Amino acid sequence: MSIEALSIAGRELPSRLILGSGGFASHELLSEAIAASGCELVTVALRRVDPGAQGSILDAIESAGASVLPNTAGCRTAPEAVRTARLAREALATEWVKLEVIGDEETLLPDGVELLRAAEQLVAEGFVVLPYCSDDPVLARRLQDVGAAAVMPLGAPIGSGMGIRNPYSLTLIRRAVSVPVILDAGLGTASDAALAIELGCDGVMSASAISRAHDPVAMAAAMRAAVQAGALARAAGRIPRRTYALPSSPESGMAELAEASARS
Amino acid sequence: MIYVNGEPTELRPGAKLAQALALLSLSVEARGIAVAIDGEVLPRERWEQTALDDGARVEVVAAIQGG
Repeated sequence: MSIEALSIAGRELPSRLILGSGGFASHELLSEAIAASGCELVTVALRRVDPGAQGSILDAIESAGASVLPNTAGCRTAPEAVRTARLAREALATEWVKLEVIGDEETLLPDGVELLRAAEQLVAEGFVVLPYCSDDPVLARRLQDVGAAAVMPLGAPIGSGMGIRNPYSLTLIRRAVSVPVILDAGLGTASDAALAIELGCDGVMSASAISRAHDPVAMAAAMRAAVQAGALARAAGRIPRRTYALPSSPESGMAELAEASARS
Repeated sequence: MIYVNGEPTELRPGAKLAQALALLSLSVEARGIAVAIDGEVLPRERWEQTALDDGARVEVVAAIQGG
């Protein structure tokens, strides 16, 4: 396994990290964070044109040497997500889409039924579909079956910073699919990203954990190092968990140092 | 009535899409935007010749920070 690179749909990405552009205080800060993160893909959302908007986010992303990955954030149904993906393809000249179909207002958890429908339709239209999904191994396999180029299970609700609530599910997803698994949503800090890779994920997507950190550029660098550390650790192979201690120093050859009173 | 991004406009039926884009300070040359009319994406190569019917709902979108 390569430590740095991630391959999705035949495209080699130089980083296992995908950056979400939401929440950065300015385009300048976003550009600096992209550079610090080393990532190739940066998500964007599509919204009505704001005639008063200052500067172009596309310039901010491209000047930092990255490419846009449009999402369908805000969509609640499959038809809405499909139309948004078509608009994104037209606006941004990319077939790639991070597919989001939200099913609950409080948790922003994905609607698996609508997601699967939308994924199937978009694959048929030639899109490279990266669905944001719940941490359900069966749904992940169904998404792969309809042609998703990767699956993006959540660690916890978007923006919650709770980390990976169910590591076991991620290991099952890793075994259930052969397409890349990219942990999406819920990360709080760099160790969460390292854990994701150690559990078998191929990549990590992070938005809020970076953009809303006290120092977003420093956190981008931390996330970059974390995914590398996770990949190195996974390749190196963790030791098995034990109930009791296994001495790391030899037990033989101990000097006789017990006190005299203890011997009598 | 013709609507652009949800707002009623003074455009007359038969107005060109370019006139709708001009209301947003955009032209048919603008990069990074997409247009849908009544929910269907209008491919860029048809922007120039497209005229708007009465009741048309034009949506013009661009990339913003998100995700």
